[in-house]
Amino acid sequence: MPEPILSIKDLTVEFSTEDGIVKAVTDVTYDLHPGEVLGVVGESGSGKSVSVMSVLGLIPQGRIVKGEAVYKGRDLLKLPQRELRKIRGGEMAMIFQDPMTSLNPVLTIGNQIGEAVKVHNPDSDDAAARKRVIHLLELVGVPYAERRIDQYPHEFSGGMRQRAMIAMAIANDPSVLIADEPTTALDVTIQAQIVEVLKAAREETHAAIILITHDLGLIAELADRVVVMYAGKVVELSDVYTIFNSPRHPYTLGLLNSLARLEGDQEWLHPIPGHPPSLVSLPPGCPFHPRCELSHGRVVCRTDFPALRSFGEGADHLSRCHFAEELAAAQATALANAGNPA
Amino acid sequence: MTERQPRSDQRAQDQDQNEVSLDSANVARPAGAHGYAGAVAVANEPEGPLGRPELATSDTELAVAYEAGVAPKARSQWAYARIRFFRHKLAVLSLIVLVLIGLVALFAERVAPYGFEYIPFTDAEALLENPNLIQESLNRPPQLEGKHLFGTDNLGRDYLSRVIFGLRTSLWVAFFVALLSTAIGTAVGAIAGYYGGVVDNLLMRFTDLILTLPGLAVLLTASAFLGQGDPLKVGLILAALFWTALARLVRGTFLSLREKEYVEAAKASGASDARIIVRHMLPNSLGPIIVNMTLVIAGAILVEAALSFLGFGIQPPNPALGSLISQGQAEGLRTWWLVTFPGLTIVVIALAINFVGDGLRDALDPTQRRVRA
Repeated sequence: MPEPILSIKDLTVEFSTEDGIVKAVTDVTYDLHPGEVLGVVGESGSGKSVSVMSVLGLIPQGRIVKGEAVYKGRDLLKLPQRELRKIRGGEMAMIFQDPMTSLNPVLTIGNQIGEAVKVHNPDSDDAAARKRVIHLLELVGVPYAERRIDQYPHEFSGGMRQRAMIAMAIANDPSVLIADEPTTALDVTIQAQIVEVLKAAREETHAAIILITHDLGLIAELADRVVVMYAGKVVELSDVYTIFNSPRHPYTLGLLNSLARLEGDQEWLHPIPGHPPSLVSLPPGCPFHPRCELSHGRVVCRTDFPALRSFGEGADHLSRCHFAEELAAAQATALANAGNPA
Repeated sequence: MTERQPRSDQRAQDQDQNEVSLDSANVARPAGAHGYAGAVAVANEPEGPLGRPELATSDTELAVAYEAGVAPKARSQWAYARIRFFRHKLAVLSLIVLVLIGLVALFAERVAPYGFEYIPFTDAEALLENPNLIQESLNRPPQLEGKHLFGTDNLGRDYLSRVIFGLRTSLWVAFFVALLSTAIGTAVGAIAGYYGGVVDNLLMRFTDLILTLPGLAVLLTASAFLGQGDPLKVGLILAALFWTALARLVRGTFLSLREKEYVEAAKASGASDARIIVRHMLPNSLGPIIVNMTLVIAGAILVEAALSFLGFGIQPPNPALGSLISQGQAEGLRTWWLVTFPGLTIVVIALAINFVGDGLRDALDPTQRRVRA
């Protein structure tokens, strides 16, 4: 296995609110390898965005309690603001969720992408920057880039804006690209197009991508490895095939079962019962036990917080469940439910 | 049409190729992923691998529209603001009045029939023509007669000229105050709103402190200490008191802008604080700033007039509108024109500026969609 390009270790982030301290992210550890797409999956509030944003110093209200995020031998969490700013948008760039609000309404598209270019290359002159922006816009599939470069965000459709956002993110050939729910705010047909643009962006920059999403379809389409998060903790980590074929955490299984399928006759969706726990007062033991199908009255689930254990060949498949082994049987049923010929 | 024919052929061809390549890609995908809605939607995706423009129907239509010149012209926010402003008739009229007044003030030497200090009996040539001029002038009270449109004052000076030059002084002070106080207010408000926390608290408590000062008393004291008469000093004193309202306004705007996603996006793309404030947030709060500036101009003219009226502002022989009124009212009711003409000038300017500000507020507020008759 090659050296990871970004290595997040024991990251813990808290927010102080009126209700108490919100433990948004607890002891999160994962690696990002060069050139791979790492999917980070979880419900709203599972800490998937916070874990990544805090690495870039983009959560001013949050407090990073401990942990490190080593990028090219440097701990990003300890870098001074000025150094971190050079990395942001340069070597590590970000694609935001909502293209409708992530572009400044008073600046032209070309202005905004050009700014991303110029912030990191102060020497580049306007003409060169403009040429670069046109090239970027063409790359992400914005037609008539020479004309559209001078338009304002309100003249772009949602899909076109997201393309512009992607162009902005890849403006400086980043080696890490963070896509925070890049398709969530778009309708389904546009989502499909954006997936292709993301693939093209990946080919162009050879960047490692952290793909934050709750859309398992997107994960299946793009990701190489998957981190599943629940209540601010990593509950399962594996390559995408293993996650879909033999999940070893009841939460992951629940997520897979809750999806709507096109094949087979399915009258009802199968949601995970209950609600995500409050991050102010987590249930004792395993945070998932009140909703867990495996737990049902087992004492150990309510008393002991499970460790992240490894399964299968090597240490590639990690799961945080006391009874992960029992899922091998459940998996057979799940696949039968899916009506999948494989 | 002939030009488009091959293109659509090619499109079909490309699509075929895509389906083939996507199928092969699906084989490589995890088996379990096949059944999920998102994945299927992606697999049915008809576009090319890059979503190339020539493949997407909507883009092709757009292209046709572009080539036919049907596509609407790109308009910036400012273009829309201009259109909205020109719908506001009163504001446009006021703007014209203001521009005229401004031109008169700017070219006072050319426009005014006499110099503001021209006293007929000190003019050697006039004295030669009429040796009794001094006697006549001193015995003669101020006049309102045909030759002098605004009449003359107690020294026989042409009052129209004095009002025009007074206008120049007053406007100069007002614009100076507006620019300086806007600069201070914007800087204080922007820094307080952007950084928040301790910085915000310190700056805003200082602003509150300035706001609690009784304005006129401070102005009188300050001008007594700093020396009077110099328009620059009067302007500095006024600006030091006028920036507070804008600072609060800008802070409020920045507090809400700070949470906008495009600010976060700018941060994530590595922009510095100064760059975010100047490039991303200031243009978005320019509306309230400009409107406030017009109000400050009107306010500064009035306060400067009040100061001069009380004798603490601009000193004679430099005329200012306020001091002209002050000197005029000393003459009593009979010489009503000495008070009325500079007074009316102040009213007209203040009104016109307020109307322009009103029009600008409507024009610069993008949520304002009301059409004015």
